Amino acid sequence: MLFSLLHPANGKPFMEVFLQQIINGLTLGSIYAIVALGYTMVYGIVQLINFAHGEVVMIGAMVALTVISSLAGANTGMPPLVIVLAGIACAVPVCMGVGYTMERVAYRPLRGAPRLAPLITAIGISIILQHLAMLIWSRNPLSFPQIIPNPVFEIAGANVSGVQIAIISLSALMMLGLTALVYRTRLGTAMRATSENPQVAGLMGVNINRVIASTFVIGAGLGAVAGVMVGTYYGIAHYTMGALLGLKAFSAAVLGGIGNLAGAMLGGILLGLVEALGAGYIGEFTDLCHVSWISTGLAERCAQDGHVVLMGSNYQDVFAFLVLIAVLVFRPSGLLGERVGDRA
Amino acid sequence: MPLTRVPFRLRSVAVLSAVLLVAACGKQEEAAKPAAGGGATVVKIGHAAPLTGGIAHLGKDNEAGVRLAVDEANAKGLTIGGAKVQFEMLSEDDEGKPDKGPIIAQKFTDAKVAGVVGHLNSGVTIPASAVYNTAGIPMISGSATNPKLTEQGFAVTFRTVGRDDQQGPAIASYLAAQFQPKVVAVVDDATSYGEGLANEVEKSLKAAGITVLAREKGTDKTTDWKAILTKLKGKKPDAIFYGGMDSGGGPLVKQGRELGIKAVFAFGDGACTDKMQELAGAAAEGLVCSQAGIPAQASSKSFIDAFKAKFGSDPIIYAPFTYDATNLIITAMQKADSVDPAKYLPVLKAISFDGASGHIEFDEKGDRKDAEMTIFTLKDGKIVPVAIIKSGKTIPFEEFAKGAGA
Repeated sequence: MLFSLLHPANGKPFMEVFLQQIINGLTLGSIYAIVALGYTMVYGIVQLINFAHGEVVMIGAMVALTVISSLAGANTGMPPLVIVLAGIACAVPVCMGVGYTMERVAYRPLRGAPRLAPLITAIGISIILQHLAMLIWSRNPLSFPQIIPNPVFEIAGANVSGVQIAIISLSALMMLGLTALVYRTRLGTAMRATSENPQVAGLMGVNINRVIASTFVIGAGLGAVAGVMVGTYYGIAHYTMGALLGLKAFSAAVLGGIGNLAGAMLGGILLGLVEALGAGYIGEFTDLCHVSWISTGLAERCAQDGHVVLMGSNYQDVFAFLVLIAVLVFRPSGLLGERVGDRA
Repeated sequence: MPLTRVPFRLRSVAVLSAVLLVAACGKQEEAAKPAAGGGATVVKIGHAAPLTGGIAHLGKDNEAGVRLAVDEANAKGLTIGGAKVQFEMLSEDDEGKPDKGPIIAQKFTDAKVAGVVGHLNSGVTIPASAVYNTAGIPMISGSATNPKLTEQGFAVTFRTVGRDDQQGPAIASYLAAQFQPKVVAVVDDATSYGEGLANEVEKSLKAAGITVLAREKGTDKTTDWKAILTKLKGKKPDAIFYGGMDSGGGPLVKQGRELGIKAVFAFGDGACTDKMQELAGAAAEGLVCSQAGIPAQASSKSFIDAFKAKFGSDPIIYAPFTYDATNLIITAMQKADSVDPAKYLPVLKAISFDGASGHIEFDEKGDRKDAEMTIFTLKDGKIVPVAIIKSGKTIPFEEFAKGAGA
């Protein structure tokens, strides 16, 4: 089975396809990681799963789309790169505002309430945001304007587009920046203190409300950039796009150990890779015609069709979540998570 | 500090309830347009399609077709069974979800509709059709192309479009003849429609001696095709067929070109719209796709003019078919001189009707007889028809248009 994989009968050599899948997975994984950071930061500080975070990403994409297409359509003579940066520059503050409002309106009043209450408001906020977006941006799938030429480079037989390089490097930069913020600044120290013990941090003079609000705002800002990335990468934006993306990013955060920054990054990138490789190879691994000892019985169908695939690429998501379950069975706190008993 | 300061928590509650109220009102307005009936009998015609979600634009297009037909009939002031009748469209959003189909069908049954135009998606229409069959309500879909729909032996199920097993062979034979591919990859979106169409295409391609790669599948929400396309690229197909909608097909062709895939991209009717160019940009150039029936722009001029005058835009795909479906129901009622489904159903079965999408007669299953299929290509950013396939014969579009005098 493996040998037939390494030496496919026709087409490109194994390594080139494999490399391409790795690049696809890394791009997807970087986006998941950035979104997962939003989930994990909030959870780390207030032990709340902010289910509306996926919607913040969607709003980021939508706002950027509106700004970019109106600027590009208005013939302002601005260079395309400036227009895209303007799109990001508008999306980030809008999403930060949404993040702040969300915290102020839906979560802060419920801070002392039982754990389930803020979870329900989170779901409510998510539905409200989704439908507000539907009213503003219509139900149609919108095409994301492609104003920057997207050069494609060939690296060892694999195609890497400019957008992919931009996504991966921008994500890396943002992850570095966030790490520096959390471990090197006063705000970061306050965040870590609040996460350890909010009451004591408060007694030590940390303004907990401000710290928690800042966490939401930073997470939303990251989400906005992720939204622009998704929009540019796939060229399509839709008011429901945040739901599945949010779910996957949340899973990535859990995979890495929710509440842990490095865990969210690792989990996101792993999930992206697993998805890309899963979709790329699961069909071949479950192609019964490659397994000689079974295929004697199936010889007739194999001769006719050439393949009897047990699980095709439609099992891509199933495969990703199987990995998640497997990891959680053996490490319930996620790959890098430690504290579990006392909190979750 | 003002004395009347409202506590923050209360204010947020007020805002929230205001939002909810607005949402609720918006819904009501849409659902219950009062029928201005000056003593006239109100005849309800149901319409169902996804009016929210990824293909809401197609659902709205279908709805517009029905609305136009209903308004035209009302303007004429028809008399059926000795009484003046006023038609009323009940439009429901089935969200394109198969489990919503029967719920809406039941809702229509309870509302005592006289006939139903819809649904849009095959996957929703098939489960819903069982409910209409039990209730004895005639149902005509203007867009459900999955063969299964009319293979259930239901007497009340009709469609004004062709079937996938007619559309599939059409696009497959065009692909085979025009591009002579050796290896073809077939991808679908795992919906009843996408998979059904992809199966038919695969069958026809194999019959023509063309190698078909193992099926790849996404979902109707997939926008990331890179992993699947990368795998396909390694197998060097000459053509890639996708059974699904434009919201998935656009990103598919765009990402395929980004990965450097040179194959011809081919699609079924769900992804045969101008939206493809919007979603995929320059990458969409040269794609080929098929539509059951004749293109919206080749439907009768009177229909297009009336549609434009009423809605200010062109019909997208299926509006001529839902328009015809509505008119078929109304005409059958007139001929039977009754709005009772049991009375006008036999007339509908035997009808011979010239509509916006051409001549319509039904066969014993409820399928349209001798349905035409059209092959399009995307040229200079627009979907343009290149050939019509009728009874297995390929006719270049210009010839057909001349012949039909359209």
